[in-house]
Amino acid sequence: MDFNDSTEEATFRQEARDWLKANEPTEAELEGLDGIEAAKLWQKRKYDAGWACIRWPKEHGGRGASAIEQVIFGQEESKFDTPEGLFTIGHGMCAPTMMAWATEEQNKRYLPKLASGEEIWCQMFSETAGGSDLAALRTRAEKDGDDWIINGQKIWTSGAHYSDYGVIVLRTDPTAPKHQGLTYFFIDMKSPGIETKPIKQISGGANFNEVYFTDVRVPDAHRLGAVGQGWQVAITTLMNERASIGGGGGGVNFKSVFKLAQTVNIDDEPAIKDKSVRRRLADWYIQESGLKFTGYRSMTALSRGEIPGPENSIGKLVGAPKQQDMASFALDLLESSGAIWDPELSQEAGMFQATYMASPGIRIAGGTDEIMANIIAERVLGMPQDIRVDKGIPFNEIPTSNS
Amino acid sequence: MQFTFTGEQHQFRDVVKRFLRDKSPATEVRRLMETDEGFDPVVWKQLSEELALPALPVPEIFGGAGFGFVELSIVMEEMGRSLLCAPYFSSAVLAVSAILNAGTENQKQSLLPQIASGSIRATLAMTESNGRWDASAVELVAQVEKDHFVLRGEKSFVVDGHTADLLIVVARLEGSEGDNGISFCSVDGDAPGIEKTLLRTMDPTRKLARLDFNGVRAQPLGEPGAGFHALNKTLDQAAIALSNEMVGGAQFLMDSAIEYSKIRVQFGRVIGSFQAIKHKCADMLIQLELAKSAAYYAAAAVDAGDSCLPALASMAKSAASDAYMQIAAECIQIHGGIGFTWDQDTHLWFKRAKSSEVFLGDPAYHRELVMQRWEEGI
Repeated sequence: MDFNDSTEEATFRQEARDWLKANEPTEAELEGLDGIEAAKLWQKRKYDAGWACIRWPKEHGGRGASAIEQVIFGQEESKFDTPEGLFTIGHGMCAPTMMAWATEEQNKRYLPKLASGEEIWCQMFSETAGGSDLAALRTRAEKDGDDWIINGQKIWTSGAHYSDYGVIVLRTDPTAPKHQGLTYFFIDMKSPGIETKPIKQISGGANFNEVYFTDVRVPDAHRLGAVGQGWQVAITTLMNERASIGGGGGGVNFKSVFKLAQTVNIDDEPAIKDKSVRRRLADWYIQESGLKFTGYRSMTALSRGEIPGPENSIGKLVGAPKQQDMASFALDLLESSGAIWDPELSQEAGMFQATYMASPGIRIAGGTDEIMANIIAERVLGMPQDIRVDKGIPFNEIPTSNS
Repeated sequence: MQFTFTGEQHQFRDVVKRFLRDKSPATEVRRLMETDEGFDPVVWKQLSEELALPALPVPEIFGGAGFGFVELSIVMEEMGRSLLCAPYFSSAVLAVSAILNAGTENQKQSLLPQIASGSIRATLAMTESNGRWDASAVELVAQVEKDHFVLRGEKSFVVDGHTADLLIVVARLEGSEGDNGISFCSVDGDAPGIEKTLLRTMDPTRKLARLDFNGVRAQPLGEPGAGFHALNKTLDQAAIALSNEMVGGAQFLMDSAIEYSKIRVQFGRVIGSFQAIKHKCADMLIQLELAKSAAYYAAAAVDAGDSCLPALASMAKSAASDAYMQIAAECIQIHGGIGFTWDQDTHLWFKRAKSSEVFLGDPAYHRELVMQRWEEGI
C-alpha cells in the first residue's frame, strides 16, 4: 500500500493549490457582499479559470477531470476559507440528472451557467405526504397541449427562494401504482403560480421552504425521461444525493470537544482527566479515524477508476448521529452555560449550540438514518425488500394518513 | 492516493483462503479444539512447507520470505475467518516480532530460520496472573549469571505455551521496577525447571497455558534491562495482527447471519425482510467496515514505519474488538434458538471474539491508550 499521491496526482494537487492560493477572494473583495453574492463571485472566478465543476465535460463548463482529481481539488479547496454551500444541490444532484436524461442542447444551454454560478438550482421532491416514502408524492401535473399544468405543494426545498431553476417529480397518473405514475421535469422557478414560503427551523434560521404550485405551466420539452418514468430518473438524483451529503464536515468534531474538555472542569479537575470523558472522546476519535481511513479506501478505488465498495455507503449513517452525540456531550460539559446561546458569551461563538440544533436535520435530510440503513441492507448486503402493502395498488386507492 | 491491496496481495489472499477452506472446515475446528495440543501437525507442516506462511514476516537474511506486515495481516484475517486451530499467531506473530524487535543480529540469525521454516514453534510469554499488558506489571525475575539468566516466577495466558518448542520470555532484572529492567530472553520449551499447565479456557480454539519458572536457565535476547521499547513495539504489532484476525472472524459471522436471514421464514416471510433485522445487519456492516479500515491502515502503517503506530494499534484493537463482539452477539440473535446450540457453529467464533477482545488488553484499556497517545502527539 502506498499512502502518497501518484506523480500525476501530486502535480495536479500542486497546480490546484497554487491556483487557489493566488485566487482566493480577499476580505476586501467580499466586503459588503451577502452570502449568495460572495458564493457567486467565487464560483464565477473558478469557472473563468477552468476550476469549476472540474469533473464535468468541457463542453458543459467543466474541465473533464477524473474522479480522484475532483477529490483532490475538494481537499485543497477545503483548506481555504472560501464561500461554499450554495451550489451543492445544483452541482451535486441536478446536474448529474440533467447529464443522464436531458438533451444535448438543453445541457449546452443550462449546465455552463450552473457551473459558473450564474444560475442556481434546487430540488423539489419531498411533500408533506411523501417523506421517507418519497414515491407517495401527490403534486399533480396534467397535460395541456404542449405544456403540463402543475398544482400542489412541495416541502423542505433548500434554497427555493433564491433558485432560478429546479428539478421536480410530479404525479401524472394517479390511477397507476405508486412508482409508475410519476414523471420528472425541470422548471423555471420564476414561472407564474410558484410561491415559496420559508420554514423556520429549530435554530430560528430558515434555509428551506414550502413551495406552492397553482396552475404552473411547464413545457413538455422540459420533461426528463418518459412519462411515467419519473421514479427511475429520481433514482439518478438520489444516488448523487448520497454522495453529496457526506458524513462529518463542519461543526463539532473530536478536536473541538477535546479542546473544550481541557478548558472546563469536573469536580475541580479539568474534564479531560475524567475517565468517562476520556472513554467517550476515544470512541469518537476511533470513529472519526475509521471514517477517514474508510475515505482513503474509497478514494483509492476512485483513483483506479473502480467503483468504491460497501465502505463508501456508511459515511452519513455514522457521521450524522456522531455529530448529534458530540454536540450534546459538549453542552453537558458546559453545564449551565451550555444552555446559553449568545455568540458573545458562548464558547466557540455558540458553535456547539448551533451544531446541537442542526444535527437532528442531518439525520433526516437526504434519507433518514432508518432509510439509509434500509438502503445499506438492501443494496449493499442484498437483503430482501420489506413487504409493501401498497404494491401494485392504483395510487388513488392507497390509504393515507387522512383517510 | 493508494490505500488498498495490490493485485498480488489479492491473489495471495485467494491462495491462503482456498488452503484454509480445505484444511480448516468447522468439523476440523471442532476436532482440534477437543485436543490438548489444539492443532494438527500435518496441517502445520503443509502451511509451513507448501505456503511458507511462518516464513512470511521473517526477513530473507534470516531464512524468511521477507514479506510485509500487510501480507501477514492478510493471513491473520483469513485465519480469523476460518478459525484455524494452529500456533500461527503465537509463533509467526508474537515470537517473531519479539525476536526481531529485541534480538541482536546473531540471535536473530540463530533463532529465526527454524521458526521461519516451521520446524520449531515459538511463543511469547509476557503476562502473568495479574493479567496486565503493560511493562510495569512484569514481575518474573531474571537473575544475571555471567552469560545467561536464571528465571524465577510465573507467566500466564501464554498462547500455545504448553506446546511451543521455544519460549520468548519477558522478565525484569532483579531489583528493577516500572518500565526499567525489562529484559527479553529465550529458553527451550522443555528446559528443566519449567512447569506447564494447560488452562481450561472458554474459547477452546486458542490454547492458553500457565508456565512456572523455578530457577530456569535462559539466554538473554538483546541488551539486558533495555527491553521496554521492544516490548511496546511487539505488543503494538501483535495488536494490529490480532485486529486483522478479528475482522476476518467478524466478516464470517456477519455473512453467516445475513445468509441465514435470507432463508429463515417466520410470519410467512424471510426474516431478512424485516427492518428490525435489516437495521441490525446495516449496523454490523458499519462496525465491520470501520474496524477493517482501522486494521488495514494500521497494518500498512507498520510497513511504512509510521510514527503514529502506537495510537493506530490501539485504535485498531478497540474498533476490531467492538465490531467482533457486537457482530458475534447479533449473529446468535439473528439465528434465534438454533444459534444458542452447540451443534450450530456460531458459538465457536462467539467465544473467539471474547478471548481476542481481552487478549493484549480490552477495549477500555486501549481507549485510554488512544487518548494518552493522542495527547503525547504520537
